[in-house]
Amino acid sequence: MFGYIVRRIISGVLVLLVVSIATFALFFYGPANPALAYCPETRCTPQRLEQITTSLGLDRPVLAQYGEYMKGIVAGNDFHAGSITIPCSAPCLGVSFKQRVDVADYLASRFPATLSVAVGAASLFLTIGVLMGILAARVRGSTTDRLIVGASLLINAIPVYLLLLLSYLLFISQWGIMPESGYHSPFTDGPLAWVKGMLLAWIVIGISSSTAYARFSRGSMIEALNEDYVRTARAKGLTERRVTLKHALRSAIVPVVTIFGLDFATLLAGTVFTERIFDIQGIGLTALNAIRGKDLPMVAATVLIAATFVVVANLVVDLVYSLIDPRVRLS
Amino acid sequence: MTQTSTTTADTGAGNAPYLVVDDLTVRFPTADGLVQAVSNLSYTLEQGRTLGIVGESGSGKSVSSMAVMGLHDYKRTQMSGSIRVGGKEIVGLSNDKMKEIRGADVAMIFQDPLTSLHPFYSIGAQISEAYRAHNDVSKSAARTKAIEMLDRVGIPQARSRVDDFPHQFSGGMRQRAMIAMSLVNDPKLLIADEPTTALDVTVQAQILDLLQDLQRDFNSAIIIITHDLGVVAEMADEVLVMYGGRCVEHGPTKELLTHPEMPYTWGLLSSVPDVDSDTSARLIPIPGNPPSLLDPPAGCAFNPRCAHKDKVPGDLCATELPELLPGARGAGHLKRCHLANPDQIYEREVLPEIPLDLTPATDDADTIAPENRD
Repeated sequence: MFGYIVRRIISGVLVLLVVSIATFALFFYGPANPALAYCPETRCTPQRLEQITTSLGLDRPVLAQYGEYMKGIVAGNDFHAGSITIPCSAPCLGVSFKQRVDVADYLASRFPATLSVAVGAASLFLTIGVLMGILAARVRGSTTDRLIVGASLLINAIPVYLLLLLSYLLFISQWGIMPESGYHSPFTDGPLAWVKGMLLAWIVIGISSSTAYARFSRGSMIEALNEDYVRTARAKGLTERRVTLKHALRSAIVPVVTIFGLDFATLLAGTVFTERIFDIQGIGLTALNAIRGKDLPMVAATVLIAATFVVVANLVVDLVYSLIDPRVRLS
Repeated sequence: MTQTSTTTADTGAGNAPYLVVDDLTVRFPTADGLVQAVSNLSYTLEQGRTLGIVGESGSGKSVSSMAVMGLHDYKRTQMSGSIRVGGKEIVGLSNDKMKEIRGADVAMIFQDPLTSLHPFYSIGAQISEAYRAHNDVSKSAARTKAIEMLDRVGIPQARSRVDDFPHQFSGGMRQRAMIAMSLVNDPKLLIADEPTTALDVTVQAQILDLLQDLQRDFNSAIIIITHDLGVVAEMADEVLVMYGGRCVEHGPTKELLTHPEMPYTWGLLSSVPDVDSDTSARLIPIPGNPPSLLDPPAGCAFNPRCAHKDKVPGDLCATELPELLPGARGAGHLKRCHLANPDQIYEREVLPEIPLDLTPATDDADTIAPENRD
């Protein structure tokens, strides 16, 4: 088990290394010249551009810069631009061209907002989705089943950004029946302010994403309910409730865990639409602004973080597998 | 098997049958029409006795026994007739009431122990769960009971194996565990649905031995569903042959296997291979396929495949369903066939072709030394 985790972490680090090389390549061989973004259009002389390029360190060989980037992640790397020095301690993901701050620190300060969106929405869609799936599977073929499947297909067909936008316009702007959205720290501003600011985002993502889970767990549950061991459980004289929730659900939940792990990682990497529409200052909004401003250290960092979440989520999913299914041996 | 197997079906006036199935009919509505899986089935079974139900796939043998457990989907099944377990009518009983009976009075062993045990729970947990479903005891008491049962069915080191998962058991051990689970509440009726089909031949005999052993200890009635006449010969006191959802022949095992009176039973006997026979001896398969239960043939359901129908005057076989009536050999042996002199036809035409001696096992088959069992 321990050896397995170590091996998975090593292979995960290798994946992240490849991702960092790819983003770095994008950084240098991409179409946008970062220096140009800081050169005021009206007064941009070649000398000025040259100066900016030098001050950003963009004139040095690519390999040297990548080496420095890697060294920064491991050991930290203070940033000098003219007279100012910006400290950047390990793990240093670079310094934002635009904000002139340590990218890692900046993203860390934005992370609680994204985490809040992710945790609230994910708990909602997992609960609603799996419960609906179980219900539909239990009464398969009935009107309730058709209603659940039909509603889930309908909601699923509407893009989530449209739902987010419409719900914001209607419930907050137009009718004002939902509190103004935004991130408030549950520790400094109190849990109530936190919930109020997140509520609509949670509900919309929760319902929208739950549809896929409902159909997925319905299928998985129907399959499980037809298993021989479920018949055995009934033959033992167990209650239907116990047969469904203990015997069938335990195996039906396995494939749901996989997609949930990846979905949750994606949410943690930033929910661009949600953060933009509901004005939540999280990773997604940061990434969006960084791309607009050609703030490449920031873009590279958000990509690297997103990749890290996916790698970690995969590992966690596999560990959870081995907890659910005793036949899975991690070696 | 003891010599009691030679007694007639008409046993004991004072011994009321534990299970009475009377005129049972089971239908499933499907997209293609109504499937009549079991038609007008009647039989009785006393405690301590074993009934073998034999037939091809789709003959209704499993469906009729699942009905005794009330395991069919209530909304999708139409049942008529009567099933009385220990005097209690269970046709039409609600699922809530039925679950009191399932696992406690009537228990079931399934064909494939690998798929029938939950892969994610330990053997011990699954046995304890069955015990606690009907007994208000603590977890540790149930665990002790599980260990005791595993020990009883011959699992070595039951104390440590109780925490193993099904995939850590061999096929034979899994079926032993399944038997331990079904017997944990001391049921009066045990239904074994092809209990040895998924097992190695060497393990099959051990499992059958174990079942017979346990039957002596627990005095339960056993229904053994199988297509293997060898199993029937070894285990059953009585045999019920099913075809197309109906009982076509019913009688004491030795009587029925030595003097079968229905061409379908002849076919079953002729298609059993025998290890002792010449390798060039042919097996005689029954031609054709089992009948569709959506649209069963008119008359006798077996008539399209029957080699002897021309011995019946007219086209009686194709027009009229034969009644299940006693044949020439006494009231205990029922058959559903128009043939007037089946015994003669069997002796003259069928018996010479049958390679196998399927008379019920004599006492010497019982003397397997205990150390050879595992």
